Amino acid sequence: MEYSLLILITPFVLFLFLGLVGGKLKPKSAGIIGTLGMTLCAALSYTVAYQYFFGIGKTSGAWSSIIPFNFEWLRFTDLLHIDIGILLDPISVMMLVVITTVSLMVHIYSLGYMHGESGFQRYYALLSLFSFSMLGLVIATNIFQMYIFWELVGVSSYSLIGFYYQRPSAVSASKKAFIVTRFADLGFLVGILILSYYTGTFDFAALTASNAELVTTSLAGGTFLGLSLATWALALIFMGGAGKSAMFPLHIWLPDAMEGPTPVSALIHAATMVVAGVYLVARLFPVYFFAAPDVLEMIAWVGTFTALFAAIIAITQTDIKRVLAFSTISQIAYMMVALGVSDYGGHDGLGYMSSMFHLFTHAFFKALLFLGAGSVIHAVHSNEMGAMGGLHKYMKITSWTFLIACLAIAGIPPFSGFFSKDEILSAAFHNQPVIFWTLWIVAGMTAFYMFRLYFRIFWNGKREYKGLHKPQESPFSMVMPLVLLAIFSIGTGFIHFADFISSDNMPFHTHIDWKGVAPLSIAVALAGIGTAYAFYFRESRKSSVIAGKMGIFYRCVLHKFYIDEVWMWITRTIIFRYICDSIKWFDRHIIDGAMDGISWTVQKASTSIRGLQSGYVRFYVYVFVAGTLIIAAIALFA
Amino acid sequence: MIRIEYYLIVSTLMFFIGIFGFITRKNMIAILISLELVLNAVEINFAAFNRYLFPERLEGMFFTLFGIAITAAETAVALAIIINAYRSIGNININNLTKMRG
Repeated sequence: MEYSLLILITPFVLFLFLGLVGGKLKPKSAGIIGTLGMTLCAALSYTVAYQYFFGIGKTSGAWSSIIPFNFEWLRFTDLLHIDIGILLDPISVMMLVVITTVSLMVHIYSLGYMHGESGFQRYYALLSLFSFSMLGLVIATNIFQMYIFWELVGVSSYSLIGFYYQRPSAVSASKKAFIVTRFADLGFLVGILILSYYTGTFDFAALTASNAELVTTSLAGGTFLGLSLATWALALIFMGGAGKSAMFPLHIWLPDAMEGPTPVSALIHAATMVVAGVYLVARLFPVYFFAAPDVLEMIAWVGTFTALFAAIIAITQTDIKRVLAFSTISQIAYMMVALGVSDYGGHDGLGYMSSMFHLFTHAFFKALLFLGAGSVIHAVHSNEMGAMGGLHKYMKITSWTFLIACLAIAGIPPFSGFFSKDEILSAAFHNQPVIFWTLWIVAGMTAFYMFRLYFRIFWNGKREYKGLHKPQESPFSMVMPLVLLAIFSIGTGFIHFADFISSDNMPFHTHIDWKGVAPLSIAVALAGIGTAYAFYFRESRKSSVIAGKMGIFYRCVLHKFYIDEVWMWITRTIIFRYICDSIKWFDRHIIDGAMDGISWTVQKASTSIRGLQSGYVRFYVYVFVAGTLIIAAIALFA
Repeated sequence: MIRIEYYLIVSTLMFFIGIFGFITRKNMIAILISLELVLNAVEINFAAFNRYLFPERLEGMFFTLFGIAITAAETAVALAIIINAYRSIGNININNLTKMRG
């Protein structure tokens, strides 16, 4: 399996090539080179996945971890060393497939969508860099390698959000994304350091081995501020995950990140980067479960709240990409909840499996939604719902594929979202009723806002598009990924995921609970769709009347509960005024003062003794003789 | 026999006259002459101490001879410098050679 290293090398070489000499190529050939490279990468990933899942992956009934390549990069002690390696196990192989597939679709789609943009080559170089870092993140063998690629992902996301760097809003969005995630990563780093200080290793295999025994024993007994050390370490690590996965209250960067080109949103802010946090928790799941179950419970509650919160906001937004952004936050929160409510081992680990399952299906239908939205934006040159409506007859393929994705995310069988969401709901049902009913309501809201989006874009009256602005179906390179992703969105639900992924790597059996959870979730989804149909299929004022009745609550939601403003206030008044200003004072007066003092002293001393160097030899001789005489006198008389 | 003190008195006088001239004169030739006085005072001391303290040995005398040779060489170098200084600044006043002052 050594060739799996090529999965990493290919995009990196592409990045270097396109980044360094891309400017000399024609935009089109740069795009085609990038796409071909990604095709190779995807083909390699599929080969690895095939070989792993249908060949060498299973040893005596359980899925094993294979490390085809490992290289010691930095050694501190015999135990503690940072390696760079490749870890193949069910979730990393699954992620390889997800990332390369979505990335390839986005590469193809961008050939059409970004056609004629300046910086086309730079765009492809950055896409390759992003793919490289994301692939490196998922195949990391140790937590520090993950952290390195984690930051690389952050950087490439930053530069892709700020791709239209001439636009001030894009620049501030990219800065916001970078700073917020970086702030969260501070917690991640501290968590890693606590964990590795006590356990003496970074290695995932060592950390999770035999029910995370190493962590539970080596961190046992230590407490800080009334919480155990393991809780602190794992909560801080989760903070990093919450930042990347846009959990409340660190979600604020994701809606703004929609300033980037739409295919980038599809790749980064829907399918791959934002699930990094989920992946991180899944990767360390045994550690969480055995060493700090309280953190896992916290994750469940944070996720539940975020799911509800983001779904409420998504209902009111009118920018179609922002609706999708909030729906992403909500769906990722679903995955987090699933991890939070999961138990370990066998059928009890249903939450873990369903989280990964939802990650898998969500990646495809959410990428499809974003790419469909991109196709619509491409046609009408606006992000606002107000500028759309009645597009179905102009853009048949986009409309149908978008409908499939909406059905999938709403959880209507037989589309993929139904299966994964149903597993999450039944995992929650067996664990914590409050969480289950909240998620159940969120499922209805999801169906409602997705179909609100669908109806308002493609139906909702007959707008007249005149002259040059008449919308038309997107070019082949954009439609083809839509169709492929639509096929994935239908088909992936039928994979029996529990055969491949489980918390303890032992395959187990799941079945859809047709008597309990499934009808409930279908009913609520249909209710959501029905409401959306009543409000938005035809042009009507019903929705605005209701919005008017909601009054202050509606305004609150429309402004995203003023979370941005709260953060702004925290930053301005607390961080800037109290922390930064005092540090600034210290820097100006103490540090600069000490340095200035030294230079001032030296300068004064040198001006005062400069006169001695007069240049007159006789003066030197005079001093010399006088000195000699004084020394002689001292020698004689003392 | 002349007492050693007389030699020492002469050489001390010569030495300090030389120092005085070195410090006070501005003409470089005069400074060179003063320097010669200083060196010759030292050589007289060598010869005198050798004669009175170790009459059976000749190291002091050799040193004197070396000193004379070195003085000659040094004079040649100094005169070359003075000639160059004259060429570049047009006179040999030591106070005008201040380009390397700090």
